Amino acid sequence: MSEWFPELLSWPFLAAGAFFYLVGSIGLVRMPDVYTRMHATSVSDTFGAALLLIGMMITAGLSLVTAKLFVIFLIILFTGPVATHALARAARYAKVKPVLHKPEGKSSSKP
Amino acid sequence: MFSAAAIAVVIAHIFAVWRALKGPTVFDRVLAAHTIGTAAILLLSLLGFLTGRPEFLDIGITYALLNLIGTLAVLKFFRYGDLSHAGEEEPAET
Repeated sequence: MSEWFPELLSWPFLAAGAFFYLVGSIGLVRMPDVYTRMHATSVSDTFGAALLLIGMMITAGLSLVTAKLFVIFLIILFTGPVATHALARAARYAKVKPVLHKPEGKSSSKP
Repeated sequence: MFSAAAIAVVIAHIFAVWRALKGPTVFDRVLAAHTIGTAAILLLSLLGFLTGRPEFLDIGITYALLNLIGTLAVLKFFRYGDLSHAGEEEPAET
């Protein structure tokens, strides 16, 4: 195969990874309380980072760089939930109340 | 394509910094700090690819581990007031 193939194959992965990363960070901004923000960032942490790293692995081919990228992928995959779990427990312990209903201030469509 | 992904990660940085500044509770700020750490790792490896320097990935690996330890340390500090506290197994109150 000519050498442009890995470069071109990585484009969809990088694009999808960047997209999901932005989706996660937009969720981090727009979500009403801590717990849902954690949910949003876990999307970008696991899915967006995984796609980005896979896109980079494809361009790196079979080499030490791919091994390092895979190690980074594993670390992010394992440390993400650990940190989120500790954060949720700490927030719960500090009696941070989740927002269960849409605040009346914003007029929602439902009467 | 790498620069596009790098720009997206930088935008994610900006959102996380905005959440860190605005976050009402301290846990939003800890969450934003954790997200900034992960985004920094990805930006680091993307720039390592852009500038053709594979050594950045080693920094990324160490920073990924440090990021977790930092988050846990900050959380423990906020919960027990100091880091040397043994931490007891408290009952799961509702």
